[in-house]
This record gives sequence, C-alpha cells and structure tokens, in this order.
Amino acid sequence: MANVISDETIEYVGILAKLELNDAEKEKAKQDMTSMLDYIDQLNELDTTDVEPMSHVFPVNNVFREDIVTNTDDRENILKNAPEQKNGMFNVPKTFS
Amino acid sequence: MKSYETVIGLEVHVELATKTKIFCGCSTAFGAEPNTHTCPVCTGMPGSLPVLNKQVVEYAMAVGLAANCEITRYSKFDRKNYFYPDNPQNYQISQLYLPICRNGFVEIMDQDGNPKKVRIHEIHMEEDAGKLIHDEWDDCSYVDYNRSGVPLIEIVSEPDMRSADEVIRYLEKLRLIIQYLGASDCKLNEGSMRADVNLSVRESGTGTFGTRTEMKNLNSFKAIARAIENERERQIELLEEGKKVIQETRRWDDNKEYSYPMRSKEDAMDYRYFPEPDLVPMIISDEWIEKIRKNQPEFRDEKKKRYISDFEIPEYDADIITGTKHLADLFEATVKFGANPKKVSNYLMGETMRLLKSNDMEPEDITFSPENLARLIGLTDDNLINSSVAKEVFEKIFTDDINPVEYVEKNGLKQNNDEEGLRKMIQEVIENNPQSVSDYKNGKDKALGFLVGQTMKAAKGKANPGIINKILKELLG
Amino acid sequence: MDILDYTAVELAGRIKKKEVSVKDAVMAVLDRIDKTENELNCYVTIDRDGALMSAEEVQKKIDRGEFAGPLAGVPVAIKDNMCTDGMLTTCSSKILSNFVPAFSSQAVVNLKEAGAVIIGKTNMDEFAMGSTTETSYYGATKNPWNTDHVPGGSSGGSAAAVAANECYYALGSDTGGSIRQPAAYCGVVGMKPTYSTVSRYGLIAYGSSLDQIGPICKDVTDCATILEVISTYDPKDATSVKRQDTDFTSALIDDVKGMKIGVPKDYFGDGMDEEVKDAVLRAAEVLKSKGAVIEEFELSLVKYAIPAYYTIASAEASSNLERFDGIKYGYRTNEYEGLHQMYKKTRSEGFGPEVKRRIMLGSFVLSSGYYDAYYLKALKVKALIKKAFDEAFSKYDVILGPVAPGVAPKLGESLCDPIKMYLGDIDTISANLAGLPGISLPCGISKNGLPIGLQLMGDCFKEKNIIRAAYAYEQARGKFGREDR
Repeated sequence: MANVISDETIEYVGILAKLELNDAEKEKAKQDMTSMLDYIDQLNELDTTDVEPMSHVFPVNNVFREDIVTNTDDRENILKNAPEQKNGMFNVPKTFS
Repeated sequence: MKSYETVIGLEVHVELATKTKIFCGCSTAFGAEPNTHTCPVCTGMPGSLPVLNKQVVEYAMAVGLAANCEITRYSKFDRKNYFYPDNPQNYQISQLYLPICRNGFVEIMDQDGNPKKVRIHEIHMEEDAGKLIHDEWDDCSYVDYNRSGVPLIEIVSEPDMRSADEVIRYLEKLRLIIQYLGASDCKLNEGSMRADVNLSVRESGTGTFGTRTEMKNLNSFKAIARAIENERERQIELLEEGKKVIQETRRWDDNKEYSYPMRSKEDAMDYRYFPEPDLVPMIISDEWIEKIRKNQPEFRDEKKKRYISDFEIPEYDADIITGTKHLADLFEATVKFGANPKKVSNYLMGETMRLLKSNDMEPEDITFSPENLARLIGLTDDNLINSSVAKEVFEKIFTDDINPVEYVEKNGLKQNNDEEGLRKMIQEVIENNPQSVSDYKNGKDKALGFLVGQTMKAAKGKANPGIINKILKELLG
Repeated sequence: MDILDYTAVELAGRIKKKEVSVKDAVMAVLDRIDKTENELNCYVTIDRDGALMSAEEVQKKIDRGEFAGPLAGVPVAIKDNMCTDGMLTTCSSKILSNFVPAFSSQAVVNLKEAGAVIIGKTNMDEFAMGSTTETSYYGATKNPWNTDHVPGGSSGGSAAAVAANECYYALGSDTGGSIRQPAAYCGVVGMKPTYSTVSRYGLIAYGSSLDQIGPICKDVTDCATILEVISTYDPKDATSVKRQDTDFTSALIDDVKGMKIGVPKDYFGDGMDEEVKDAVLRAAEVLKSKGAVIEEFELSLVKYAIPAYYTIASAEASSNLERFDGIKYGYRTNEYEGLHQMYKKTRSEGFGPEVKRRIMLGSFVLSSGYYDAYYLKALKVKALIKKAFDEAFSKYDVILGPVAPGVAPKLGESLCDPIKMYLGDIDTISANLAGLPGISLPCGISKNGLPIGLQLMGDCFKEKNIIRAAYAYEQARGKFGREDR
C-alpha cells in the first residue's frame, strides 16, 4: 500500500468535484481510492522515458468551422429543462453579495 | 520607510470581432434578449460538441505576429475545470500547454521617454463566460449565456512593467495593434478588452520578486491606475508591518476605491487542466503564417510616415490621427472622397477633438461619415459657406451625421458673394458708425474688425468675409 | 416462424415485400415487451404511442418508395445515453431523470432517415460506468438467458432487449467494452467501430477519447448493415473522420482463405475461465479449417491497459460530468443554502456510488501535483499500447480472443470489489485505448447455459477484416439462440 489517502485529500477532492460525502462514504472513498491508486501504480513498472503522451489516437488535425452564423433563436428549447427560470434566464442561487 | 519598486505583469483578455462564437454558429452580436444567441454547445447541453471557428485562430495568429510572437506550430486546446454558473460546462476550453503564440514583445516608452520592450509570455485562445445578473430583491442570480462561447484571446505579459503609466502605455499599444488588425474594437468600458493586473512589490535593488496578487474587474484606464496605486500601497503597508502578502485574486471596486479577495474556501484554485479530447490539434504551416503575414494591415508607424510624406500634414497631427484606428480610417476615407488632406486633418485635430472633449467621448465613439465631412470641406473650398457657418454645420454633422449640402440648402446658409449687395450694406454700416470709421482712420486696426462684424450681422452671418474686408478697405481708403 | 425471430435485415425484406407491415413488427415487439419486460427491465423508457405513430408514417414512406434501405420499418432500441429529440434521456441516472433533449444524436438521426422506428431507450450502467447494468438508477437489467445473472454492461439493456426480442436491434456505446461484453453475455452480436467512425454528437460523454457508438444485433449481416447506416462524417463532431470505405456490407463474404489471424497468448492467462478459453480456441480452429492462418503471439502490455484506461476514462469523466450541476437541466436538490451547497447536494444526491467513485478518482489524478504522475503517465502507456497493436497488425489482419474472461456473473457479485470488476474488462479495454474496431459474437454456451463470446479485433479503419472473419465464422457455426441451450 504505497498510497495513503488522508481525510484532507478526500475533503479537497470533494471541493474540486463538488461532492459531499457522509462519513461512511468518505471512509469507503478513502479505501477505494487507495486501492485504485495502488493498482494504477503498476504503470510505473513501464519505462516511458521519451514516450510522447498520446491524447488523440489518430493524426487528425485542423478541423474548423467557417465564421458563419448558422443558429437562430432557440431559447425556448434551451430553457425548457431548467429546474428554475425567470425572464428568459436560468435561475441560480445568489452568486454575489 | 524603505524605497519599493512595483513589478507588474498583465493578463489582457480581448473579445475577438468574429461573427460567430468560438465553438458554435451562434451570433456574437451585442444587445440581444437573454439566451437568444445560444445553442446546445454554448449552454453545455449533454451530448453537444465544440467545433473550432477558423477565424479565431487567424485573428490570434495575426495579433501574435503583430506582437512579434513565435507561432506555435503544433497547438492544442485544454480544459480548465472550475464550477461557476456563468460557465455552462463547468469547464472552460482554453489553452495551457501549447498556446497558439509565445515569446513576443511590444515596445512602449518608459517614464523617461526611452523605448522599452514589454515581453509577451504567450497568447492563447479561449471561450468567454456567460453573464450573471443579480437581483437586488431576490435571493438569486440569473444567467444569460449570450456571451458564453464568444472568442477571447488572452495576452499574458512578463512582469516587465514598473508603474501605472507603463501599464497604460502598454495597453494603449496593444489596443492600437488589435484595432488596426480589426481583430477587436477593444472597448474597456464594454468589456471587449479586460486587463487583470498581477502586481508585487519589492525593496528597490532586490533581485527576486515578491508575492503577487491578481486584480480583476478593471473597466477603465483610470480604474487600472487607481487599482495599481491602491494595491501597491496595500502591499507596502503589509510588508512595513512585517506581514506577508498572500497570493490571491482580488476584485477591484472602483466606486469604493478598494479591493477584496474573491475566492472562498469552496474554490480551490486547482483547475485540473488536461488536453480537450473533443477538439483536434492545430498544425500551423509556413504557408498559413505567410498568408496571415501578407494580410497584415499598415500599422501606426508606417501609416504616420506615409501621412507626413504623402499628405504633408504635421508630424504632431499625424501622430494624433494614427493614435486611434477609427480616426485614421476616417481621415483616409475622407481624403478618398476628394477632400484636401490638410483640411481633413484640421477638422479632426480641431473641431472634432474639441467636441469629443466637451461631450466626454473617445475617438472610437465618433459616428459621422467621411462622406459628409468631405462634402463640408467641398462647400468651404467652393466658397459656398463661410467659416462660421461651416463650424455650425460641422456640429450638426458630428451629432447627427447630416448631409451638409442638403442642410445648407434647406436652412439657407449659403454664403453671400454678391459684391454689389454687400457694397450697399457696407456703405450703410459706415454711415451708422462714424466713431469706428474715425478710429480706424486714426490707426486703430481693431475698429475694422468691428465694422466687419457689423456687416456680417447685417448679412445674417452668411457674407463672404474676404469680400467684406476688400470692400471696407476700399471704401475707407 | 415467429415474426420476432427475423433478423433486422430479414424483417426489412419482408416489409418491403409487404408480407409484414411495420405496425405488425412494432406490435409484436410491444407484445413481447408486455410479456418479458417486467422481469428483465431492459428499458428506461418505452414509447408505445410514438412507436405506433412512427410505424404508420414509416409505412407510408416505404409504400411511396422514400424509404428503400435495408433497415426501413425495423423497430430499434436506443441506449439511454444518446439524445433523442423530445424523448426522455437519462443515462440511467437520477441527475438526468427528467431530461428531455431538444435534439437527437447524429446516429439516431441516421437511423430515422433510414426508416427506423424507435421503441424506446434502454437501461444501462449509470453514465455507462459499469460492466453489469446494476449501477442504473432504474434498477438492474436481468440476463434473458438466466435472470439470476447480469446482462453485462454498460449497454446491458440494449443487449438484453435484442436477446429477448424486445427489439430487432439496438444502439449501444462502448468506452471500455460496453457493447462487446454485454453482447457476449447475452449471446448476440455487438461491434465497436474504429474511434471517430460514428459521430459522437448527441452521445452523452463518459470518456470522450474512448467513446464510440455501435450496433448490438442478431447476426453479423445486421451488424454490417447497421454500421453502414450510422457511419457518416459529421461536421458537428471535430473528431469525426471522413471515410470512403464505410460500405461494410461488402465485407459479408464467406471466405477467410489466407487471412492472418493472431491469437494473443496474453488473453488466455490467469483468471481465464476454461470453458471460455476452449470455446474461443475452437472458434479459431473453425476459421483455420476455412483456410485462415492462425498464429499465437505475445501482444504484451495487456495488464497495463486496465490501470491506464481507468486513469484516462475517470479523468475525462470527472470533467464531462461537471455540467450536471442543477442549473440548466436535470435534477436539482430541494433544499440548499447558497450556490456551493446547491452544487454539492445536487451532485451527491443525483449521482450513484460508482459514478461518484470515478469522479473522485478522476478529479484526483488531474489535480495539482498528480497530473504528471497519473494522467500523463497513463497517456504515455496508451502510446505504448497503441504501438504494440501497430506491431501486431503489421503481422495479422485480425486478432482473435475472448470478450471477457468468463460468462455473465450472478447479480450482485461484481459490485463489491471494484478492482475485480475492472479486471473483467481486460479483454476489451485495449481496443478503446488504441481506437481499434472490435466485434463480439457468440461462439458457445457454458455448462450452466450462458453464452460465450468471441472477439475479433482489427486495425484502425479495418472493420471489413473483422466483419469478413466474423461472417465466415458465423456461417460455419450456424444459427445461435437460446433454444440451442
């Protein structure tokens, strides 16, 4: 067990991911993450010096759109799933005081 | 107190003047009803995917070339992850690892009037956020995603500036370059140009940098200057008290003239950047760079030289006119309509500047057309109106962009060039003002002016002042 | 013969000849759903009225000759992570339990333009994270072969619906085996095409660099036919590739003479079920007897695919799932104080445990100080894995192996130990990392009466090789179904 996931780490990742875990879930998350990271550490058995990280599998490049307006007003559809809306806008808890 | 040096670097966001957003075909036009310029892509609907607007890359490259940058031949987008309601995906598509431009500089004048290079670390492309509207009475805010996905470039300077003056000169220079390129209108008050100030202080002579803060929400050059002064003092005060400057982002309140830290404990400044898997890399060829380079416009210095040599206008005037893209465009367009360049320059330098100042406007706010200015100059060239009428008509052009030919006709403002008629009027003026006549004859030249004025009054302001002078002198012998 | 026993292509042929109406087919499917759906739970949404209405419209267009393609009039089921205009699309998650998209994914648009009739949306592991369809907010789907067993996942609803004749074919999505593995567990055919072949527009992303949509269906002919319809270049998906060679049905040729097939020893190592191993190797023998050249080889790096995959997929997922925040669509918690609590409560209540587990892991491996050690390392290993496949495909036309180390496990057995569950993906995951096409088709039945899957993988853009091999094998194998138990 090379990895130790502390309470602080779980707390911190919760802030990043906007997840709130109860104590039991936190314990479980600590265990799960520790064992996953230990498992992932296997990758260190491989020498990857001078290997370029590969984010795209294919050498596809330069895919662009032309600068032409193609969309028209679609507000009704954009808003129709909003949990709360008012005056054509999405309603959110106050962000600023 | 010890002596301190201020060290400033800038992150300048510029909204690009594309017709559509960076990753979707929604319009970027200002002023639409909330959320009417949105689609699944720029509102982060599940299943939507971004496709890059080519014009954004070309504008970014053009700005980079004008700012002496290297163009990154293999460039990519990354995701910057943070939760905020103006950011519909809760990540912003930006560039961290392979920004489109790097290692440039722009030249400004320092305090002593010597040229100074401000180095540019990088220019990257990214998407703008939506707008949050706060309801004073309700306990909630509202989100409008019309601005979400509007293309931005962020120009990141090295910490090469040492005063608010230098910062403003740097910003003016950048603005000019970008305006000349047509890549943005760069209006600070409308947010199409926004500057975040990274500032630290250190004891003079120290080699290392102090801890810096980042200041946001600076909407004018004046606000930038005030915020820099305020933050400089705040940091020095902390250091003098033996306290430490905390590295943080602060928000400037220009009404209250103070700043406060922006983030709460719920915001870890950990953006978890990683390569955007939904977009493919950009490979920029020599040919593409050359194409952009060839299309670069004439920038200020070349333009200024050309104005002086081709149009023979004074260096001072050329400097002011080329100092704003809009003025330079207006100047050249008016000349193209056949107006005498010197006269155009005089209008821009004189009346235009006066009216801008008295209306508290910037040259960008000028709305009159070059055609109407050219027409007005034509009327004076043809002796059809005199200079005081011209001044009055120009004011109408400035405010309402009226057609001066029609206006002069309609209001009967044409100059009176009828020598016989004027001669009669002058004879009457001479008869009615014996005192002034004798004063003039006794060598008081001022009296002639009074007589000219009286004649002009009798002619309802429309007389040709040259003819009045000529006849008066003749009659007074 | 029961109308439900036709393959999709057979049914379309009968409809075209007016032996069967579109409505007959839709009614037959709906009747079957009435009989078996309660027990199996293949669907999240069944659109009876919509399907019947659409049946009429499609019939008219077929009669007028507007729909003349090989799938016209055939009822289809769509995995619930593909947007369908006006129809609930949940990803089997509480957080999207009320989400009705205003547009359809491109693959669905293609099917509709080919005259498909959408029966409904199939159950899946929540956000496609899982291998059993047990992590669904809407309850587990059961395996039609034995309802004590899982159907596999994450496209378990699609695979089970095809196996149970609750539709004629279905769309699934495959990020680490999510089409191929449930197809194997349910005894049907499933295929993940080369990455970038089917547009991802409208597919609610899990791991964007790995996700591909593909068919789940009754035989290889259906598979090639469906794939041909859904594989179109889409300018709305920047990763979509313009391909000229998507006439996949041209590869339905019963001839593998001289075809070079590699069998990686690495896929038959520890933890491999003997029955599965035997069935897969027998399938290799069948192809050999038809003239293929079979050779064992060492692929290498196989065990590293799982940790690399879970790092990359979790990282991408943690970002892709950030948009579910209770503001624009979906579930929002009832009570909260302020913005951040709204975010946290909405997401904590809206996502299930497996999704939260992967979001946490993904957020961690991208966080400051760990990016290089985990995420970047995984991308480098991905490059090595891709290289290993490049070498293999310089020697072989097709790689043959199992789809999973065993047959469908019992319900409730897998979720306790995540790593054990992840290990079950060992045979399918590499194809996603390397972007390769892979097909899964039945090659046997275990002693306890569950189907065994054979996997054929091809080099990128070489779907035709595996379709040809699969078709040849299928011809030799003969018909396969639950009645053969």
